[in-house]
This record gives sequence, structure tokens and C-alpha cells, in this order.
Amino acid sequence: MRIELSVNGVARALECEERTSLADALREQLGLTGTHLGCEQGSCGACSVLLDGQPVRSCLLFAVQCDGAAITTVEGLAPAGELHPIQRAFHEQHALQCGFCTPGFLTVLYGALEDARRASRHLDDNELTTLVGSGLCRCTGYHPILAAARQAARELGVYAEGG
Amino acid sequence: MKPQSFEYVRAGTLDSALEILADAGDEAKVIAGGQSLVPVMNLRLARPAVLVDINPLAELARVEQRAGALRLGALVRHRTLERGEVGGALGGLLAEVAGHIGHVPVRVRGSIGGSLAHADPGAEWCLVALALEAEVEIARRGERRRLTVDAFLDGPFTTALAPDELVLGLELARRPGWSYGFAEHARTHGAFAQSGACVALQVRDEVVAAARVAVMGVGGRAERLGPVEAAVVGRPANGAAAAAAGACREVVDPAGYDEVSPDYLRALAAAVVRRATAAAIAAPTEERQ
Ligand SMILES: Cc1cc2nc3c(=O)[nH]c(=O)nc-3n(C[C@H](O)[C@H](O)[C@H](O)COP(=O)(O)OP(=O)(O)OC[C@H]3O[C@@H](n4cnc5c(N)ncnc54)[C@H](O)[C@@H]3O)c2cc1C
Ligand code: FES
Ligand code: FES
Repeated sequence: MRIELSVNGVARALECEERTSLADALREQLGLTGTHLGCEQGSCGACSVLLDGQPVRSCLLFAVQCDGAAITTVEGLAPAGELHPIQRAFHEQHALQCGFCTPGFLTVLYGALEDARRASRHLDDNELTTLVGSGLCRCTGYHPILAAARQAARELGVYAEGG
Repeated sequence: MKPQSFEYVRAGTLDSALEILADAGDEAKVIAGGQSLVPVMNLRLARPAVLVDINPLAELARVEQRAGALRLGALVRHRTLERGEVGGALGGLLAEVAGHIGHVPVRVRGSIGGSLAHADPGAEWCLVALALEAEVEIARRGERRRLTVDAFLDGPFTTALAPDELVLGLELARRPGWSYGFAEHARTHGAFAQSGACVALQVRDEVVAAARVAVMGVGGRAERLGPVEAAVVGRPANGAAAAAAGACREVVDPAGYDEVSPDYLRALAAAVVRRATAAAIAAPTEERQ
């Protein structure tokens, strides 16, 4: 089946088998291997991408369902080559070790931070913890990831201090 | 793992979706959020020949405030309810409950109709719909029907839904003067709950006048607990939680599994019933509209 979608702001046309997940289409047909597949069960979060700005598991979505949609993957977070505050914060807070889980955390947090910025909403520790809780990380113990989320939220002016 | 090949049909209209389902018989499966269906397709435990995608049907995604009732379309996402769009005491309950379902990206796609149709014994929406005596609206080609959630839910992962039927939505009564409480216990963050309870109460002059209590995690599906409701009615509000927990311990008879003993599950059910009842007592009441 032929689909047209926007991936990281670039219009793409793809010929996909119906059963191809969005994750496999991104990785195998578009060469965007930043999106990782861990469980293919919706649990681990490594495959999370943004679909029209909202975080989704790309292992539980068929590519054919994304005709006409706008997808953002981890490769799209630094379009001009300059790291987004959440990416820089991950670096500075040591929020990754092996890096397998990182693309999922980055896209989910990027989506929430940019959403908060657009809506002039503030994210408190509770919400940041919930977002970080949407992925599995076997290396870091999560605290550095939460610290990075907090740092980026502060920098973008969307952190609810003391929340 | 990857799913088996299938034919993919994007539903253009509700009628065309019902047509396809009527013609395909049990070869076809509806896909809503895909958050329960696709995991089992990836394991090849489900191998539908035709997948009917209802996501384009915007009319199924509506939240409607009707006189004395709230109607949720089958495609209303968990995340929409979590964001508190509904309002009132009922909206507060739905927002809290939604936040317990899986993780944020799962809630962005997962739908209330999908949860009911999938009928996981640990599904929060099945529990809540039972406690609130919701009605499910169902359609097949040329026919519509309504069922109480109690009649709709059979056992674990089984419902009264025929293969060619679609859940259109769910209707919940708005009851002025009632308040709601929910509690669950999950072993890890984002995991399905091991036990959960939903309680709806009407308190008059500090005395419980009416109660609905449902619990999950003690049998095949969520159940209303009539004896617990009876034990609570007529009690002073401040003694209701303890009374509910005591009665729950008496009436539930869980089987236990793996390393989880019946005694543990009984104690857990009593604990979530106590917490949900206390939460309902403390919660704001539904206002007259
Ligand atoms: C990691 C993870 C954690 C989760 N944790 C929880 C949890 O804690 N609690 C919980 O309740 N759920 C949990 N879920 C499941 C989630 O809530 C699903 O969204 C829900 O069970 C199914 O809704 P869906 O819209 O995704 O349905 P789908 O997966 O699309 O469909 C599920 C089934 O229902 C049928 N169906 C769907 N919509 C309709 C309709 N309108 N009419 C007729 N049939 C229909 C499908 O054919 C299929 O058989 C979890 C899922 C994942 C991946
Ligand atoms: S690969 Fe998608 S959630 Fe694990
Ligand atoms: S950094 Fe290794 S799994 Fe998270």
C-alpha cells in the first residue's frame, strides 16, 4: 500500500506492506535507525515517536495508519544541527549509558516540553516523573533522566518550581 | 515478532465499517488504539485476515454532555479523559482512573471502547463502568442495541459482542449528590493492577444513603459486590470505609495464582475497597446541572 507522510518535516512517499509497523518503516525503509525496538509490546518505550505532536509507540502502529500524518523521530530533534535543550541536558546530566532507551525518552520529553511551551503550561515533578515512567531504562536508574527533564524544563521556562 | 499479513481497510464512514464487518464475519478485526490488539498480533496470538481501522471515524471520538448523562464515544482516548475535559465529580474520577492505564504514549492511542471490547480482567474502564452502571451502545449493519456493562462483560477477554458488532460508545449517568472514589494496586509502575476498586456513594446528613461498589482482581472479571454495598448503606460516613473493607473480606473468594495466595488477594481487595470508599467520602459531590 502506498502512503504519504511527513517525517521530521520532510515529505516522504512509501510503499509498505500492511503489516509493517511504523517503527520498521522508519528503520528499514527510511534508514532512520534512531528509533529502537525493544519489546514490540508497548512496554519498553524505546520505539516512542511523535505522531502529530503526540507521543506514541511506533511498534503498535502500522505504517499504513500514518498516511497523511506528521512523524517526529529522534533524528528530528536537532534539525539545524544544534542540540535541543533536552538533548543537551541528557548529555550534561549523564542521562544515558548504553543509549538503547534514549531515543524514546528524548522524543516523549521533547514532545511534552514543546507542548507545554506552546500552551504556556508548566510541568511539575509529578508530570515529569510520569513521562519518565513511560520508558524502561536498564542502566541509569532514572534519576539522571529526571534531572535532565527538569533542567530542560527550567531552561525552556516550563518548569513548575516546587511542584 | 512481526504480525501475519492482513488486508487493511480504513473505514470511511460508520456504515461502511459495519458493512465490511457484516461481510467479513469473524475473519475481520476492528482496530481502535491498537494498544491491546497489536501486541497480540505481534505475538501471532491474533491473526486477523482483515483489519478495519475505525480511527478516521471522528463521530466515535466525541465527548457529549447530555441531560443527566455523559456519553463517551468508543474512540475517546484514555489521555483525553486524563486531561480532565469532562468536568464535574464524574470527570474528576475519569481523569484519575485514566492516569493509571499503562503509560502516556499508550494512553494517547488507547480508547475506552477498545478497553471494554478487549475486556481484560484488569481493565480499569470495565471496573469503573460496572460501578457506575454504564450502558454500552452497540451497532451492527441495520441494527442497534444497548446493554448494561454487566450484561456486556462475560468473562476474561470475552464479551457479548458478536464479530460483526461495533461498540459505538458508553453512557454514564450524572447523579447529583453522588461522589466517586477509585483505588488500585499495581506491582510496578505502568503495569496492570493486581487489584482495584471503584466506589460511588450518596451521603445524606452524614449517613451513607446509597452505594455502588465494584472490585477487580478477585475473579474472572470485575464484579459489583452487593453485600458490601448493603453493609455500607445506613452507616455514618466516617465509618463507611472500615465497614466496606470488613464486608469485602467476608464476601470475596479469590483463587490465587503462581506465588500469589488467596489470602493475599483477599487482603488486597479489602485494602483497595477501603481506600476507594474513603476517597469517595472525601471527594466533591456531583452538582445539579
Ligand atoms: C504497555 C501497556 C500497558 C497497558 N496497561 C493497561 C492498564 O494498566 N490497564 C488497562 O486497562 N489497559 C492497559 N493497556 C491496554 C490499553 O488500555 C488499551 O488501550 C485497551 O485495552 C484497548 O484499547 P484500544 O483502543 O487500544 O483497542 P485495540 O487494541 O485497538 O482493540 C482491542 C480489542 O477490542 C476490539 N475493539 C476495539 N475497539 C472496538 C470497538 N469500538 N468496537 C468493537 N470492538 C472493538 C478490537 O477488535 C480488539 O479485539 C496497556 C497496554 C499496553 C501496551
Ligand atoms: S518496542 Fe515499542 S514499546 Fe518496546
Ligand atoms: S541507558 Fe541503557 S537502557 Fe537506558
